[in-house]
Amino acid sequence: MEQRSGLAPGGLSPEDIAAKIKEKFPSGVTVTSVAPHRVFAKADRGALLQLCNFIKDSLNFEHVSCVGGVDWPAENKMQTVYHITSYANCATLEVVVDLPRDKPEVDSITPLWGGANWHERETYDMFGIVFLGHPKLERILNPEGTEVFPFRKDFVTGRRV
Amino acid sequence: MDMSLVPNAVAMSAKEFLSWSTGVMEQLMKASGTKKAIDKISAPIWSWALRNANYPLHFGIACCALEMAAASAPRYDAERLGMIYRSSPRQTDVLLVNGWVTAKLRPDLRRLYEQMAEPKWVVAMGECAISGGPWYDSHNTIQGVDTFIPVDVYIPGCPPRPEAMIDGFMKLHKKIHKEMKGTFLED
Amino acid sequence: MAEMWINMGPQHPMTHGLWNLRVKIDGETITEAEPVVGYLHRGWEKLTEHRMYPQIIPMADRLCYGASMSWSHLYCLTAEKLMDIECPERAKYIRTIVLEAQRIGSHLMWLAALGTDLGSYTIFLYPMRERELFLDLMQNLCGARMTYNYPRIGGVRNDVPANFERDFTRVLNHFEKKLKDYEALCDESTIFRMRTEGVGMLTPEDAKNLGVTGPNLRGSGVDYDIRRDDPYDAYPDIDFNVCTRDGCDAFSRYRVRIDEMYESCDIIRQAIKKMPEGPHRLKPPRNAPKGKSAWAHVEDPRGEGLMYIIGNGDDKPYRLKVRSPIFVTVSASPVMLKGYKVADVPSIMGSVDMCLGETDR
Repeated sequence: MEQRSGLAPGGLSPEDIAAKIKEKFPSGVTVTSVAPHRVFAKADRGALLQLCNFIKDSLNFEHVSCVGGVDWPAENKMQTVYHITSYANCATLEVVVDLPRDKPEVDSITPLWGGANWHERETYDMFGIVFLGHPKLERILNPEGTEVFPFRKDFVTGRRV
Repeated sequence: MDMSLVPNAVAMSAKEFLSWSTGVMEQLMKASGTKKAIDKISAPIWSWALRNANYPLHFGIACCALEMAAASAPRYDAERLGMIYRSSPRQTDVLLVNGWVTAKLRPDLRRLYEQMAEPKWVVAMGECAISGGPWYDSHNTIQGVDTFIPVDVYIPGCPPRPEAMIDGFMKLHKKIHKEMKGTFLED
Repeated sequence: MAEMWINMGPQHPMTHGLWNLRVKIDGETITEAEPVVGYLHRGWEKLTEHRMYPQIIPMADRLCYGASMSWSHLYCLTAEKLMDIECPERAKYIRTIVLEAQRIGSHLMWLAALGTDLGSYTIFLYPMRERELFLDLMQNLCGARMTYNYPRIGGVRNDVPANFERDFTRVLNHFEKKLKDYEALCDESTIFRMRTEGVGMLTPEDAKNLGVTGPNLRGSGVDYDIRRDDPYDAYPDIDFNVCTRDGCDAFSRYRVRIDEMYESCDIIRQAIKKMPEGPHRLKPPRNAPKGKSAWAHVEDPRGEGLMYIIGNGDDKPYRLKVRSPIFVTVSASPVMLKGYKVADVPSIMGSVDMCLGETDR
């Protein structure tokens, strides 16, 4: 097999990727910074699914590395953080989406990439963030019948015997 | 038992006959010193057999399971001590708990323990099984296996070296020897 | 024939760690599969919010205990990005050497477990014997056999011991001869080949979409390795090949790992030659900036490991998220299992190299 050494021919640099995203999404998505092999962006809840469709179809982003949640009770918000990788461009895009803390719902990207399936289930299990359109949004790591969302900041762990 | 025709005949059901005859034999053996003599021979043989054929359950939870596997590996070779791992709890003597126990696992582990046949022992290997270990403040781990299963030997370490695990089993051998479970006609 | 769901696990000789694989079978053929995980969940990410930054390093060791150096190193990389420091050159080379030695150790453990799964106890004993040599090297270096607590934020804990180069060279020379023995033991065994060839097919498109990474992805022919394509530590200065195979089955995944072991020996030799003199450690700051986030990813022996951290202004993190490669590969396992027999399950799941500590965290 031919050994590829780094970027595939026709691969885009992070600056090119940032420029294309800015061009396609003048509002709703802000590219915050660019680093070697990295692009950092923030997106609105409504623009997320369109952004993901765009990067999957036009920019060759084939692989979801990670989907995670963060709880910010002080700012009354929750965030979902996405890391999506492009093998062809050897670059990873980080997208941060803010959600209101009393109704944390966001579109699921599982229909696009199956790799996000269990990550979204785990984020629901731990934070209570609802992913609309997910095929099977159930508890995955905590036992069934757990009533709390353990990673929220108001759930306090501590020594119990 | 119908005693109306004593001393000519006594009527008993099969169950009553069994319990009466066993009682008579036990009292005879105890009074004549035969039980003591047989115990002196059979108990050490039973204890020797139980010690040297400790079959643990094929149950690896976490990091300590890798040291358990290394203990069966060529360098430390626990198999020369008779520890052959069995997959079914019905065929094992020792439940080796090697890792942290979570709330999801606790009912299954208790069921495994109850499925093992007597005589059985439990060895808690590693800090997580002894007291919750580094996860002492987690919402999902049980702080110590001995909160729901009686433990015989504790092997400390995080993870304990294979030599420490074998040392723990040597202590279990001493304990089995002290218990002397092979008495004849146990009461 | 009636279809029914059966449980393989949580206590099952095939499972490396505790998980439950529910399969729907029609006679002997699997029609559907549903993995159930969570038996080892300890809320690792929540516990890190109550620990200081250096205290998380031994916790990270116990994430995936088969490759513990890789995870504590990943955590140190992420924390260094958060605190904006870069470790010295000598530390980068030392980290590369121990990471590759850990990769060999992890692959040997995998091969031993694969042997037990397929019922061949010989394949268990030989790799475990060689793994002990690598554990001895690690013990000379940092004192522990398995959970090393060796990388530090800003470098490594201590410099290399005396006779480091001599010991490593001896072990690698001995090991490469033995690796040829293992190849003969497995590749030339008809039973091994029959049980692993053609089972567990995973097409490259499925693998990319379902998030499968590492040797499982490269066994399906996709050419991507974070050590080459997004390098860290001393990897930019080292010349090595990325091993891929086109078979897409369990045998290809097995061959990729054997090839990787040969490559790792080569990488270690190069790194030992090129290692510069200098300090092995920098002193990091105690607190991390508030609201700043950072992330790093590495090529763990099992795939792509990633950590995302948010600082809190004091000496404890606000949020530390871990991406485990096997978590995603297990979610992709129903695709690999459909249509095969129940007896193929150990060889398919064995070729995936599962480690439950990182799945459940």
